[in-house]
Amino acid sequence: MSMSNLQEKRNIHMDQSLDISQEHKDYLHKVRMEKISVRLIQLLIFGIALLLWELCANAKIVDPFITSQPSRVFATMVNLYQDGMLFHHIGITCLEAFVGFVLGTLVGTLIAIMLWWSEFLCKVLEPYLVVLNSLPKIALGPIFIVWIGAGPAAIIVMTLAISLIVTVLEVLNGFLTTDQEKIKLVQTFGGTKFQVLTKVLLPASYPTIINALKINVGLSWVGVIVGEFLVSKAGLGYLIVYGGQVFKLDLVMTSVIILGVAATVMYQGVVYLEKVLVKNKF
Amino acid sequence: MKPVVEVQNVGMKYQSLNGEITALENINFSVRDGEFVSIVGPSGCGKSTLLSIISGLIFSTSGTVLLSGEKVTGTSPKIGYMLQKDHLFDWRTIYQNVMLGLEIRKSVTKAAKDRAAALLKTYGLYEFKDKYPNQLSGGMRQRVALIRTLVTDPQILLLDEAFSALDYQTRLVVNDDIYSIIKKENKTALLVTHDISESISMSDRVVLLSKRPGTVKEIYEINLNNDKRTPLSTRETPEFRYYFQEIWKGLDVHV
Repeated sequence: MSMSNLQEKRNIHMDQSLDISQEHKDYLHKVRMEKISVRLIQLLIFGIALLLWELCANAKIVDPFITSQPSRVFATMVNLYQDGMLFHHIGITCLEAFVGFVLGTLVGTLIAIMLWWSEFLCKVLEPYLVVLNSLPKIALGPIFIVWIGAGPAAIIVMTLAISLIVTVLEVLNGFLTTDQEKIKLVQTFGGTKFQVLTKVLLPASYPTIINALKINVGLSWVGVIVGEFLVSKAGLGYLIVYGGQVFKLDLVMTSVIILGVAATVMYQGVVYLEKVLVKNKF
Repeated sequence: MKPVVEVQNVGMKYQSLNGEITALENINFSVRDGEFVSIVGPSGCGKSTLLSIISGLIFSTSGTVLLSGEKVTGTSPKIGYMLQKDHLFDWRTIYQNVMLGLEIRKSVTKAAKDRAAALLKTYGLYEFKDKYPNQLSGGMRQRVALIRTLVTDPQILLLDEAFSALDYQTRLVVNDDIYSIIKKENKTALLVTHDISESISMSDRVVLLSKRPGTVKEIYEINLNNDKRTPLSTRETPEFRYYFQEIWKGLDVHV
């Protein structure tokens, strides 16, 4: 479904809003009410959950030493902020995730282009791709640390390892499912293989690449946190591991919550990018 | 008149692990300048393969194809190819779609841009030039596809089932539309179709291929007492039925 059609429908809808029938008014009202109640209940669930958590911890129904509680999480956050460490940890983790994500996408797309370019290479490399795709990349962590050294570089490579193969396979699949007739069209104009790539395959695979980006956002967070679990002196993954080791569940909960927000923001960023790039065209 | 397309003893064999398939065998015919020729034949007789060979996209395993006396060794700017669907790129505007061929040939010049604008104006699409393909009707899209081909100024148009993706009513209108554009722009055309009526209504000659391995079975000259012929008016002439019967018999269809 194209965005522009939706847009047009919306415009038509606007034009008619001057003299609409009672039935249509009722319908619109119903749709709006439903939207409002969904939002309300969402907020309610969130509020009740927080409240229950806080009250149960205060009443010692659960042990706040193990479960923490909202007021402690808030206090921890303020503490971290006052120490000047809050944005330091968030910044490091986000930077690692972002670099891993961008590298994974770029390198993955480049490899996909190479495999498409040479069918022979693709056939040769197929079993290796299958093995690498099946292998839990986390198992490679210790190897990266020994090779690259304990630090952000190893974490980024870990992220890359997790997202790379998925990107390669997704994008390559996008290339291979592109309409052969569209490729033929470019060839009838005397187009070269490079022109087939730039005029058809890449633009036609835009939606697939964006889709790969969405998967990659999630995967790069997995890579970063695993990397930070294994080696690091800073970052949200470090705080979670450290907090767990010294039994500071407040710190663990706080970090997990911040992590959830940061990952959501990055995902929404890609969704926004998709809107801008694919708008009006598919 | 000197032929612009000469197909000489063309044969095509496909290799596969299960054996060898002879798609085309000993094909001979020619197309004169400004002529409209159709190729009809049972499905799977290699009609589209023949068109791909003439365009230089694939190479025959025997025989030769000459364009204005020169041997075909690859795609040529003399040829414009129209595929079954319009294949307009959704991510390009109408104008950008029309410029595709020129971009690929790296011949986007001021003159070429003017020609594109002029063609869009002549055929009533200029006001849509900044729209995207999904905002146009099927008939208009087909016309954009033709302009995309015409703007590269080919001498010969190859139409590969170019109308078969359209519904019947649209198809009749688009037949008339495209036919008049081709005549007006003075192009030689070679149409592959499985539709007998379509082939008679548009062509000066109809080449009938046999079933696989495809070879020329018969060539029909379409002579009509109709000075201002259009595909639609041809369908109403008394001779139309006669040619239809002839080609139908020649096709020898068994189900």
